[in-house]
Amino acid sequence: MKRFVLTLATLAMTATASAADTMKMAVTTSFHNSGLSEILLPAIEQDLGLEVQLLVVGTGQALQLGRSGDVDAILVHSRSAEEAFVAEGAGTHRREIMYNDFVVIGPSEDPADVASAETVLDALQSIAASEARFVSRGDDSGTHKKELSLWAAASQTPEGAWYNAVGAGMGAALNTASGLNAYILSDRASWLNFGNKGDLALLFSGDPVLFNQYAFLPVNPEVHAHVANGLAQKLEGWLVSDRAADLINGYRLGGEQLFVFNATPDASPQG
Amino acid sequence: MSHLLPLTVQGAETTHRGKRLVGPIDLTIEGAGATVIVGPNGSGKTTLLRLLHGAARLTHGEIAWNCPMDEAQLHQAFVFQRPVMLRRTVLENLIYPLKVRGTSKREARKSAVAWAAKIGLSDMIDRSALVLSGGEQQKLALARALITAPKVLFLDEPCAALDGRATREVEVILQAAKQNGTRLILSTHDMGQARRLADEMLFMLGGKIHEFGPADTFFEAAQTASARAFLKGDIVE
Amino acid sequence: MADIWLGLSQAFWLVITFDAELMEITLRSLMVSLSALVIASAIALPLAALLAVRRFRWRRWVIAILNALMGLPPVVVGLIVYVVLSRSGPLGVLGLLFTPTAMVIAQVIIIVPLIASVAHQALRDLWSEYHDLLISMHVTQGQKVATLLWDARRALLTASLAGFGRAIGEVGAIMIVGGNIDNVTRVLTTAIALETGKGEFALALGLGFVLIGLAIAVNLSIHALSRTEVEARW
Repeated sequence: MKRFVLTLATLAMTATASAADTMKMAVTTSFHNSGLSEILLPAIEQDLGLEVQLLVVGTGQALQLGRSGDVDAILVHSRSAEEAFVAEGAGTHRREIMYNDFVVIGPSEDPADVASAETVLDALQSIAASEARFVSRGDDSGTHKKELSLWAAASQTPEGAWYNAVGAGMGAALNTASGLNAYILSDRASWLNFGNKGDLALLFSGDPVLFNQYAFLPVNPEVHAHVANGLAQKLEGWLVSDRAADLINGYRLGGEQLFVFNATPDASPQG
Repeated sequence: MSHLLPLTVQGAETTHRGKRLVGPIDLTIEGAGATVIVGPNGSGKTTLLRLLHGAARLTHGEIAWNCPMDEAQLHQAFVFQRPVMLRRTVLENLIYPLKVRGTSKREARKSAVAWAAKIGLSDMIDRSALVLSGGEQQKLALARALITAPKVLFLDEPCAALDGRATREVEVILQAAKQNGTRLILSTHDMGQARRLADEMLFMLGGKIHEFGPADTFFEAAQTASARAFLKGDIVE
Repeated sequence: MADIWLGLSQAFWLVITFDAELMEITLRSLMVSLSALVIASAIALPLAALLAVRRFRWRRWVIAILNALMGLPPVVVGLIVYVVLSRSGPLGVLGLLFTPTAMVIAQVIIIVPLIASVAHQALRDLWSEYHDLLISMHVTQGQKVATLLWDARRALLTASLAGFGRAIGEVGAIMIVGGNIDNVTRVLTTAIALETGKGEFALALGLGFVLIGLAIAVNLSIHALSRTEVEARW
């Protein structure tokens, strides 16, 4: 019993002792699920002596955490929402870091014949036309917003019994798609890392429309004086460095490259 | 010797939801010995005892001890018809009233062990009070009431649920308490017990005192017809 | 079904190899929920006793509210605690959001109504038994409460353990206020949610089995502790 209490005490100590140089960053589920954070975070800690604590949430919640000043920076992928975030003064600026891409997943027998589509818009139209089951994140996340913009571009209003908005994260939505044997739009990383594929397969990818730009946004210290803006800037410097480029471009999952580093070295704010 | 007495009751009444349970009561209790309250079921014996003890609400009239009320309460104890056992050991039940009065642990324990011996429960002091027989529980309740050396002890039909042997044991303890100067005020259904213990008799009927006086007079020559009928064993209402 | 066997074997391996990460999140789960248990009991048990012995004006309301709060979804508690502890909330300056302390606060709020309600049932019954005796002995209000708490201690232990079970198995609230940050606020339940999200059902199940085992171990050891005490006394 005594030793147990001692262990608890040590744990309590270590939980607070490492608070020297730490910052909190909200990232999207899809980024975290890619596994890239497990490569980048140790490198950041090694190079900068900075412990980045990740809050893995949906894009909507990430932006909200930034607005409330509960995190020091956010790393998300929803351009219009990010630009609004900067425009309203919640973030200092928006810095593009890298992109990955979205892919269309579906049942391997492919009833809507998505695999032979020319563009992703064709693919979505044939899903809608055949009323094949489709699972949508429905959680206002970056992926969800992307999906909605694609439906709009394809001049479709997705509704009806075949369209299932689950209001959940990428993993949970993939679990649902796997259970329903339905089509779903996913980021490539989440798909490759997903352990419960069942009868699902990657059916369509490569359309430039599906590229998914990640950007880094420091929370505005003029709004929230307590945020660690210095650390956020330090982290931004690292994220656009050659070292980060090598790690990001070199990251492989199942033999596939997931992310393409595309940060511009000059720090002029974008958006 | 007791400065608690006399107890003076004037026009005392207790009502529950508009219904008068007991009263009006005019009564003076003084001197030493035992006052035994008798009367048919529902005549108000229990309520009268609780009223005198201060455990029932006095809606009208006055109850006055020969000292301030909070001091008077400190020197009283009450034993119920069905003993209330604390979910503790025999010893802890005995220690409890001393502990709430701030008696030191050592003193309380010493006194509790002595009382356990007096009531013949020495072998049981570390057993749960809940496993005792009915007679043992009532003896324990009695000892727990007497351990603070109260000047007035109320007992509400203390032997109603006990067999003959347990009743005798309880009466032995009560006689000893009386000898030691504790004023007893008890109700009973057992006229034999009333004869054995009473110095004063009080006959209740319909929430009122019908007769109150020395025990000898009551048993030899009761004044009221209802008391005589009750003594004869007739049903009185 | 295969997932369950895989999960069991995962749990088995994680446990017998003393997997460092598992140990850490398990200990954190224990620490957070035991702290919540102690604090919640310190609030709920005296409150339950007071509700049993005192007849005050809002008593019925308090009891009704406690009973209603028992059914409060933890996510709602999490959201409320989040809003209060957020940097832009009233207690934001404390900087407690996304710390184990915030998780303890959320769990305390979730289990106080449960412990108080269950304890109140037990204490009310005991009070109806003791009422006449304690009134007759003119014990103080504090002594009444202390007597009831002590003599009902085994029923209260059950109430507290029910609270502990709810605390350690809770995920919705602590996910929001703790943030599931690796090495800081990740506990068993949030790790399970994370692994489930990744589709790693076997690992999630493995963690689930560890959680069940932990809950059983805590219950057994607390009962064992209380029983040795009981045998010595009774």
